[in-house]
Amino acid sequence: MMADKSYLIEHVLNHSEKEQLNPEVLKQLRVLRLEENDKPVIFVGAGTCGLGAGAGLTMKNAKTWLDEHQIDADVIPVGCIGLCSSEPLLDIKLPGKKRISFEKVSGDRVNGILDHVFAGTLPEQPVLGQFKNQESQQEWVGVPYLQDHSFFKPQLRIVLENCGISNPVSIEEYIARDGYRAYLNTLKLFSRREMCDFIEKSGLRGRGGGGFPTGKKWNMALANEADQKYLICNADEGDPGAFMDRAVIEGDPHKLLEGMAIAAYAIGATKAYVYIRAEYPLAIERLVIAIEQARNYGLIGKNIFGTGIDLEIVIKKGAGAFVCGEETALIHSIEGKRGMPRPRPPYPAVSGLFGKPTIINNVETFSNLPTIVNKGADWFSNMGTATSKGTKVFALSGKISLTGLVEIPMGTTIRDIIFKVAGGIPNGKKFKAVQMGGPSGGCVTEVNLDIQIDYESLVKVGAMMGSGGMVVMDEDTCMVDIAKFFMDFIQRESCGKCIPCREGTRRMLEILESITSKPKNRETHEPLARFKGVLQLEKLGKVIKDTSLCGLGQSAPNPVLSTLTWFRNEYEEHVFDKKCRAGVCQNLRVYTIDVENCTGCTVCAKKCPTNAIIGGRKQPHFIIPDKCISCGACEEACNFNAVKVS
Amino acid sequence: MSIAIQEILAKYPNAKPDSLIPILQHVQEQMGFLSEDSVVEVGKYLNMPTSKIFGVATFYNQFRFNAPGKYHVMVCRGTACHVLGSATVLDEIEKNLRIKAGQTSKDKLFSLEVVACIGACGLAPVISINGEFHAKVTSESIKTIVEEYRNREVQQ
Repeated sequence: MMADKSYLIEHVLNHSEKEQLNPEVLKQLRVLRLEENDKPVIFVGAGTCGLGAGAGLTMKNAKTWLDEHQIDADVIPVGCIGLCSSEPLLDIKLPGKKRISFEKVSGDRVNGILDHVFAGTLPEQPVLGQFKNQESQQEWVGVPYLQDHSFFKPQLRIVLENCGISNPVSIEEYIARDGYRAYLNTLKLFSRREMCDFIEKSGLRGRGGGGFPTGKKWNMALANEADQKYLICNADEGDPGAFMDRAVIEGDPHKLLEGMAIAAYAIGATKAYVYIRAEYPLAIERLVIAIEQARNYGLIGKNIFGTGIDLEIVIKKGAGAFVCGEETALIHSIEGKRGMPRPRPPYPAVSGLFGKPTIINNVETFSNLPTIVNKGADWFSNMGTATSKGTKVFALSGKISLTGLVEIPMGTTIRDIIFKVAGGIPNGKKFKAVQMGGPSGGCVTEVNLDIQIDYESLVKVGAMMGSGGMVVMDEDTCMVDIAKFFMDFIQRESCGKCIPCREGTRRMLEILESITSKPKNRETHEPLARFKGVLQLEKLGKVIKDTSLCGLGQSAPNPVLSTLTWFRNEYEEHVFDKKCRAGVCQNLRVYTIDVENCTGCTVCAKKCPTNAIIGGRKQPHFIIPDKCISCGACEEACNFNAVKVS
Repeated sequence: MSIAIQEILAKYPNAKPDSLIPILQHVQEQMGFLSEDSVVEVGKYLNMPTSKIFGVATFYNQFRFNAPGKYHVMVCRGTACHVLGSATVLDEIEKNLRIKAGQTSKDKLFSLEVVACIGACGLAPVISINGEFHAKVTSESIKTIVEEYRNREVQQ
């Protein structure tokens, strides 16, 4: 018999302590967690990243294989376990055996793997590991534990606990994994003020970037009497290079809902919004299902579990504006206006959505709450550094061996994350910098790799925690180009309300464009202008920081100021030598034709858009430097490798 | 007056100004873009000036005012994609489809859009065509991908 809704409510949710559950119920929960199964189960990592890597075909082929062999088994799409570079991932749980994981299971590899595993043997490749817990189940001989994999070992997974492991759209499985106990205990055992104080004591700080103490913020909202209060979950992950919110919602939407429910109770809100990017269709889909399931169980709605508490959770799709990550802009967007920030105070905790007290927290902040309530404030505050407690999820991407999501305790060094967890830089290249905090953050270079991660230490070296994006760069990355990239982004996303941000970022972009473009005329003052530009950049950056209205503007110059601090020599090379050492800035490339190799076929001369190539038929050709716009068309056209770039 | 828009508006009874963005999103989902007529229609329904609605709609990146092509190509220009060469990928697509970002090809087959971040940074550079993701694209693989969609069209 499968445990159903009434069974779970009666035997699990109505008990405050896990220890009160009898052995029969515990066995049912193990079955629900798919740790003890009668028929085989196949799990496919099917987050957006998994699907991008081809998990759709993997799943289809697995089903076809099962049909062909007439085997009765379940195929369950799960979220992302975090190891994006090994996608698609496929796990198999045979009855009586431990769950085993395979990596890089593209569609064509499915049959080979299933043939072996269902025959009880192991294929040569590509076993990732087997699950460590599941004591009652038999081990696969000679297979390492997944938890001992170099990528997972240094991690401490609280927020990502269930991601990639459990079925994200099964509330039963979530309940079997201790789900919603924290919420119901909160309603039964804590007063609102006690809950706010409890979270303040745990030391949890906002994971969206600013790092404001969560409990303190809640207490502010609680202290304000109002007929209606609102709670908002900020899932508008606009920061390019960060995708933890998406992964958490796709992989474990119930954890977010439970966290939100706890927070809503603590501040006395009866209506909660999830403001989520429209670019995350899969996350929205799973969240809709999860809300429906929670409502069906009576965990959301009116008079929750007879406590007299009401809660409504509504999804609002963002419409694509980076500035809406800012609290007051986000509120305006929900109200149906342009997403522009307003001056604070009054803070949203005093006057927010529709003029009512409103608390806005990030997805990761909410997802921390259930575990903190279950395990205690002291447990949480014992982890991390003096000022930053708990763990932080980072999204690793860029020039790095293993890309993906990791959750590590605060206080770990950046070097450990990049070189131990993520396996360092591929292709024998040299590490140059890691960009942290997205468009509001900065770069951390080799000299600062050994700092312990917490909110303060990162700010000290000119970067910031931000939402936790870590983009790793190697020697082939041009830092001026990166600064230009962020400036271009910010300049487009600036809402236009205040002048320093609207005009200043555009001017900064123009200066960067000027030093990365080909000098046009040597007789004018252009070389001087290029040189002066760099001096102006610093001054302009400081003015924008000091005078902008909101967080977006105040942090907009950070990527430029940070690269200027650490990579001034690269800027100087661009200005004085007109050279980009990484070869990224296309306009600074100098093209020449190798007389030895040129056969005079005239193909390049025909392709050249500016007629900069001269030379007769069957004669070596030449490029006129003043006419050349460094577009590279000749290099692409040449069949004899005669066009050289320097 | 378009019946389709009436049907959409009917799903938002007693709409207040805060329903504006969801309604516009719904219209775009159904029609593919926001036409001038539809904006006027929404304005009448919400009792808001059209200028105000355009003010809101143009503020957000999501809203389009031209009909998209049959295959809508989204190129991710997030940081991770940029570091791994999405600029060249975008160039190649623009050349291949002979349109610039934000445009629709003459045969209405392809339209191109640049997005800030798709959120699949681990697989950078990423593009998405009608919601199908293509990971780790290069200027070489782009040609095959686009060709595949062109062939699909021929076969139909």
